Amino acid sequence: MTRPTESSPKRRGAGLNRRDFMIGGTAVIGGAALLASCGDDGATTAAPTTTAAPTTTAAADTGPGSTTLGSNFSGETNSRALAAAVAATGVETMINTIDHNTYQENFNTYIQQPDDVVSWFAGYRMRAFAGKGVLGDVSDVWAGLNGMSDGFRSASTGLDGKQYFVPFYFYPWAVHYRKSLFSDNGYSIPTTWDEFKALCDAMQADGIIPLTAANDGRWPQMGTFDMLNLRVNGYDYHVSLMGGNESWESAEVKNIFSTWSELLPYYQPDANGRAWEEGARALGGKETGMYLIGTFLGDQYTETSEILDDIDFFLFPEVNPEHGQDAIEAPIDGFMMAAEPDNEAGAKALLGGLGSAPAIDAYISVTPSVVAANSNADTSGYTPLQQRSAEAVSSAKYIAQFLDRDTDPDFASTVVGPGIADFLGSPGSIDSILADIEAKKQTYTFE
Amino acid sequence: MEATTAPPFRPGQKERRRRSSTLTGRDRMWLWLMVGVPALLHIALVWVPAGLTVALSFAQWDNLTPLSDISATGFRNYWIIFTIFEGDLFAALFNNFLLIIWLTVCSAIGMLFAYLLDKNVRGSAIYQSIYYFPVVLSLAVVGFIWKSTMFSRDRGLLNEIWPGGPVDFVGDGTKLFSFDVPFLDPALGLSKNFAALLVAMAWRHIGYIMVMYLAGLKAVDPSLREAAQIDGCNEWQSFRRVVFPSLRPINVIVVVITVIEALRAYDIIAALNEPRGTDVMGTLVTKSLLGEGGGRVGFGSAYGVVLLLLCLGFIIWYVTNHYRESDI
Repeated sequence: MTRPTESSPKRRGAGLNRRDFMIGGTAVIGGAALLASCGDDGATTAAPTTTAAPTTTAAADTGPGSTTLGSNFSGETNSRALAAAVAATGVETMINTIDHNTYQENFNTYIQQPDDVVSWFAGYRMRAFAGKGVLGDVSDVWAGLNGMSDGFRSASTGLDGKQYFVPFYFYPWAVHYRKSLFSDNGYSIPTTWDEFKALCDAMQADGIIPLTAANDGRWPQMGTFDMLNLRVNGYDYHVSLMGGNESWESAEVKNIFSTWSELLPYYQPDANGRAWEEGARALGGKETGMYLIGTFLGDQYTETSEILDDIDFFLFPEVNPEHGQDAIEAPIDGFMMAAEPDNEAGAKALLGGLGSAPAIDAYISVTPSVVAANSNADTSGYTPLQQRSAEAVSSAKYIAQFLDRDTDPDFASTVVGPGIADFLGSPGSIDSILADIEAKKQTYTFE
Repeated sequence: MEATTAPPFRPGQKERRRRSSTLTGRDRMWLWLMVGVPALLHIALVWVPAGLTVALSFAQWDNLTPLSDISATGFRNYWIIFTIFEGDLFAALFNNFLLIIWLTVCSAIGMLFAYLLDKNVRGSAIYQSIYYFPVVLSLAVVGFIWKSTMFSRDRGLLNEIWPGGPVDFVGDGTKLFSFDVPFLDPALGLSKNFAALLVAMAWRHIGYIMVMYLAGLKAVDPSLREAAQIDGCNEWQSFRRVVFPSLRPINVIVVVITVIEALRAYDIIAALNEPRGTDVMGTLVTKSLLGEGGGRVGFGSAYGVVLLLLCLGFIIWYVTNHYRESDI
């Protein structure tokens, strides 16, 4: 991580110490001090370059003052992109960057003494914290936002009807493939379940593993579960199941897994130990044919543009004609405000800025793998993949977030994730796995 | 010593009178300060949090809402972890048990290495450095190294040389051996990925123990060994009857380290992303405590108390045994 040396070292140092102490403290509690220190990418200031300096001073004159932003944009490209976006808002901001996974795991502790503005996810995952009173109401920021659809507003709204979240971008989950592989072998895009399986057979006959499969961390295959549930049982059932209102031993859920079993012969073997990045390498090297994953897959190929330009995706095929391809999964990332920010005016100015078009334009100009939430954003510079992402989401009738964002996140990670991993390890024991999930579900209270 | 005292005198009293006569008031003040301050710190930093953990294990709280929202739930958390999450709990306990056995084996191997290297083999310094190298790494780093360079199914070194095709060392949770336990649904056993993890732990633990025994062996009086040789002992007898008994102080430390290391195992498994089949008590505790969106503090504490009782049991058994012996 490059650390700019010239910009306000004194203030930056103070912020860094407090944060390091905080994260260090939580990590020691978890016995994971090393993980945290590895992950802590250190703090970067938003405006290290001289080009951003004039806007910073101008903003400081008019009032909101400086604010702080807790960021989980920890990759090198992502943190650079976020700094560009923050610079575009003109609000003087100190960014504390924390490793993505560490940030997520320690968020419970972090949100009790957070920065003024924090990065997070929309949907249930935001509402869980809004309901606990640790987030600030940003309804007045929303009043000033242009270009946000009603769908985004509802994904940002807590149970009390107020907004607690400002969407930044989203990325759909879809089946990715290499165009050249498809054209060289004469494959065509499947739209139905039978076509999909026929394509898998054809690939297998050509010596290609049809489906890339990763599940390290026990979240990547949640996407497959979601897509199958949306296709087999439909969006309404999915929402109801995620809300804890349906039995995991129902015929509907068993149907998801029996449909899933039909795909397992086409899976890359040993999914449970494979990190999704390793899957990306297999797809890039044409060892595998297709990969159901979020469009953030593109970040893996930024060094090799001939692969990136060759990647395309299609919607998960129809399984049940009743539901067709009417639903898509598109998690929204964005920002929230602390319940008691040090500088509320600054925090709200920053949130308003991040929610409007110039900030996301600046972000996307650095990393073009996501789609702007704000419809006023400049789409002329979109790559074909981004344009397809925007189309796919705008044409979908229903948009789901992701399994761990649509239900109690602890239930998702401690119960459903391990259950799916067990299913992939021994598909035959699905009945006892589902019985176990249902029994454990009873110990959770859903919102 | 108490048994040897004559019946008419109360032994404790005699002891105390004799001791107090040799200590001035000033001495006693210093003694109280030097024992008392660390003891107070120890109680405040170790036993108060431990007590609070026990208290939290009888409560329900999400670590987010104000502490006033905490509600007592009696034994509900324990009931849940022992009847609903029992598949996770007993699998984790069994893994901790396997660790104790395995690390004991590794300690024996470490002792063997130390014994061989102590014989001033040619290049012994090089061997020592090689075996000791992993010890300078924390177990979390060992986890990262093994996960990405050794175990990775598609790129790992082990999979390049493994006969019979690639193995999913990290993800394969199927059991190498298992046995059914009544009232427990998933059978207990050693999963493949946990076995792989044991190998990675041995990589570090053997070197660690080796260094301790090397230091101990240097302190063994060489004339003892010579005497044994002159008396016609073979290698094994001289080790078993002369060297090993004189290593007793090191053995004590190694036993403690081995058992505690096995019970508190956490970092290497966390570094491997806690694959299925590799959970130990440490990961169960943190999983619940750090669970996002309303951590289940009561649950995590209940797991923690189970672990605490295990550690306490071992420590009490050990301390009473050790001190009874060394009293003689």
